[in-house]
Amino acid sequence: MPGKVVTITSGKGGVGKTTATANLGAALAAEGKKVVCIDADIGLRNLDVVLGLENRIVYDLVDLIEGRCRSRQALIRDKRLPELFLIPAAQTRDKSAVSPSDMTRLCDDLRGEFDWILIDSPAGIERGFRNAIAPTDIAVVITNPEVAAVRDADRIIGLIEAEEKGPARLLINRIKPGMVKRGEMLSPDDVLELLAVELIGMVPEDEVVITSTNRGTPVVLDGKSKAGQAFRNIAKRLQGEKIPFLPLEEESGFFGKISKLIRTGGN
Amino acid sequence: MSGFFEQLFHRDTSAYQAKERMKLVLINDRINMSSSALDNLKTEIIGFISRHVEIDQDAVRIEMKQDGRQQRLIADIPLKSSRRKSVG
Repeated sequence: MPGKVVTITSGKGGVGKTTATANLGAALAAEGKKVVCIDADIGLRNLDVVLGLENRIVYDLVDLIEGRCRSRQALIRDKRLPELFLIPAAQTRDKSAVSPSDMTRLCDDLRGEFDWILIDSPAGIERGFRNAIAPTDIAVVITNPEVAAVRDADRIIGLIEAEEKGPARLLINRIKPGMVKRGEMLSPDDVLELLAVELIGMVPEDEVVITSTNRGTPVVLDGKSKAGQAFRNIAKRLQGEKIPFLPLEEESGFFGKISKLIRTGGN
Repeated sequence: MSGFFEQLFHRDTSAYQAKERMKLVLINDRINMSSSALDNLKTEIIGFISRHVEIDQDAVRIEMKQDGRQQRLIADIPLKSSRRKSVG
């Protein structure tokens, strides 16, 4: 069966596209699937550092598209997960170095060898986004429960539908369950009602994402992290499995501390 | 009773305000029309129809509704029943 292309996009920057790409790629590879992650953010390369592969880059996406190397030379294999590969973005070029048809041709070549091709889209709705969306089979739109991110996600979902790459699947990232409970943050239900698309996953805010990214280790490899669990579930849903959505648990705030005090007799 | 107070509290939360604001923003974004342009459209619809039939201006309701990812302009325009003119 030819590999599937998943594009991770958002419109707004900083909502977690690169983190999601790295973690979904790692989760699929940990299940034994052969995966390549492509960093399509030309000029603002980042997927390499998030995956901890920044020291091994020789060739990049633009070298490959312009024929300066063969695909085998541009593919960087992850040492922890031998089924996971990265094609890094070029750092000294810009998005006009690649066209949507270049991306489609590249992905069609990779489909024979890989089960999953994950594309980390740049922010925005310009050329970089068009490149990232051109070859896609499944478009995953990431948003945060926050007005600017939701508005941009709506624009992106509309563009994906207009390009006939839909239906988009929604990933709500960085949810703070305590704030949602207090009415201080849009709930996943609110976001879903506003955007009216199918949900693929909800990822809680988790400090382990930052510490694992500091080390260049995907958080899905941490068995205890809630965000890691959420990303592993999303990887299963991408493969068509019916996995129930994790209930959002409140982080231990004031009430959590009080109940802990009561349980431990004040110590 | 508690439901009533819960609802009052709920309407006061910032999350509720965010959602209500976003509903309007997304409608305007999706149809590429500002709130004031939408108000003008409503006024023109009412004006156009009242040139042909007499309508109950106070009971007119024209609103944009979200139906999945589609927007619908729903107009409910009650017409005044015509008083029969005496034949004469």
